Amino acid sequence: MSIFVDENTKVIVQGLTGGQGRFHGLRNRDYGTKVVGGVTPGKGGSDVDGVPVFNTVKEAVAATGATASFVVVPPKFASAAILEAAEGGITFIVCITEGIPAQDEAITYNRLVEEFPGVRLLGPNCPGIISPGKCNIGITSGDIALAGGPVGIVSRSGTLTYQALYELSQQGIGQTTCVGIGGDPVPGTNFIDCLAAFQADPETLAVMMIGEIGGSEEERAAEWIKTNMTKPVVSYIAGVTAPAGRKMGHAGAIISGSKGTAQAKMDALAAAGVYVCLNPTEAGQKMGEIVKAL
Amino acid sequence: MDLFEYQGKQYFARYGIAVSPGDIADTVDQAVAVAERVGYPVVVKAQVKVGGRGKAGGVKLAHDVDEVRLHAGNILGLDIKGHVVHRLWVERSSDIAKEYYASFTLDRQNKTHLGMLSAQGGVEIEVVAEENPDAIAFLAIDPVRGLDVETARRWVNDAELDEAAREQAAELLVNLYECYTKGDCDLAEINPLILTPDNKVHALDAKVTLDENASFRHPEWEEFRADEFEDPREKLAKEKGLNYIGLDGTVGIIANGAGLAMSTLDVVNQVGGTAANFLDIGGGANADVMASALEVINTDPKVKAIFVNIFGGITRVDEVANGVLEALSRVEISTPIVLRLDGTNALEGRAILAPHLNDSLITEPTMLDAARRVVSLANA
Repeated sequence: MSIFVDENTKVIVQGLTGGQGRFHGLRNRDYGTKVVGGVTPGKGGSDVDGVPVFNTVKEAVAATGATASFVVVPPKFASAAILEAAEGGITFIVCITEGIPAQDEAITYNRLVEEFPGVRLLGPNCPGIISPGKCNIGITSGDIALAGGPVGIVSRSGTLTYQALYELSQQGIGQTTCVGIGGDPVPGTNFIDCLAAFQADPETLAVMMIGEIGGSEEERAAEWIKTNMTKPVVSYIAGVTAPAGRKMGHAGAIISGSKGTAQAKMDALAAAGVYVCLNPTEAGQKMGEIVKAL
Repeated sequence: MDLFEYQGKQYFARYGIAVSPGDIADTVDQAVAVAERVGYPVVVKAQVKVGGRGKAGGVKLAHDVDEVRLHAGNILGLDIKGHVVHRLWVERSSDIAKEYYASFTLDRQNKTHLGMLSAQGGVEIEVVAEENPDAIAFLAIDPVRGLDVETARRWVNDAELDEAAREQAAELLVNLYECYTKGDCDLAEINPLILTPDNKVHALDAKVTLDENASFRHPEWEEFRADEFEDPREKLAKEKGLNYIGLDGTVGIIANGAGLAMSTLDVVNQVGGTAANFLDIGGGANADVMASALEVINTDPKVKAIFVNIFGGITRVDEVANGVLEALSRVEISTPIVLRLDGTNALEGRAILAPHLNDSLITEPTMLDAARRVVSLANA
């Protein structure tokens, strides 16, 4: 099995008529994802390479039965697009948009929680989600993933998500689902959401977790793992050498005072029984050993 | 973007937060002119983006023109923890009855805004939090609902601010929250927030960090940008649209994606090297971006070797390879370059570089191999 999305998930793309939306939306479709429609206000009735375009999410959902949306619109429109998706009946929203103001993210997140408790947002500023061989929503290149499990991946960083997929696929180790939760300060989906889903998924037998400096999500995940997780977890935390007080690219990746350091996160994870590795290659090799011994 | 104190105070003033009358000065004569205008005594304050100015001699009280000349002369050019003072803020000195602390920031764990208010201001809030956590009144604020003056009134009571300060402080806190939210701050902090003997509440300091992601709706931030970077490498990188942070080592780093760039720093460190910088060329970087990245790193005299670590996702490796060749034709790169290229169009990218490989343009199959090679070159 896979988590959050599978071969039956019907997806619409908000922003399908834009350059990025078209490229990635069609690439997702070509991968085998059920991309059933696009949404661009004012362009309803047209199509993008055969995919019908609607003016609103509501119309798209009514016509296609989609339950998932891929939001690929510029930062100033992203919050409105996410809320429109939730109002339109979408229950799983993937937003890859980078550069959304933190104030907007905080409002959008809390409105979703308060008004649409059944809706899950993945991102913003994330690479998306791929259940290899079944469904790919986002910007991950499908050919670096390998279907069949047994490893689940959850990652805060985009390129390190690809690196993790690659390290496993190179060894012939497949993935059930790979979730990129994104590096922004207010992510819709966090490590624990994904770890819990992997723990509950019978086909996921081990989990690779890629974290980075900033915040305390990795520490909270470690607490959760300690009491709830029976499946082995291998982790890598980026930013051991990062200086304090400087944002390392992601809005969320900053060491403030003594908080948010890679070392604190690694210590917390190790204390929870997680295999803590020092670089992505080592993490891949460790996972290789674990999978062989299963 | 971190603001200087004077910029933070200018920003506060836009939202109706009371600050002391004052102005900036880049020379001793300008400092005197400001002092004459606002009236003695004045405080002469070094403008640097680092804490501990007072202890370093960067904040002085001046009662007359001679003292302004003396202190301004001493503080201009002063090195405070590696930050050289080029600008002063000169303001009318305030009599202080009480010092408080107030701030708003994002509580990432609870995904709400967090207000912190304390009747014990003037010292580092981390110290208060450590030694006397009960002295801080925390307020969780739902970003959807915001902060109203009724809640702010209860909050100043909870924090046990002096009676005389409460109503003014409540109103100021609502304004500060407006500044924090509408003004798109990651942090808006006043330490100290003071009560004067004649019962006036106002901000004596300003610490503001702006959220760069919101710059599209803040054209007024443009004036803050001129002085944003003290590191000339960072200034050049910003002009070229690159996400660059200067460090002190000898291995120049270029990677696509923040996580991979951080990871590259780590791996270089693990195999015995030191990074000269963090540079994320981002997703979808083309040849021109790659060429700019190499040019920026090439201006750093400490760099002894360059590590280009690319995992193509949106970024296409053939574009990266073309960018490297373009950079080599545009500028003379004085140090060897080690590349690790994987992901989208990696085979095409490696093929493009193959005829050009030599002792100073090297490819390695994995991230670890490349790190070892570049570090051995940098340390040679």
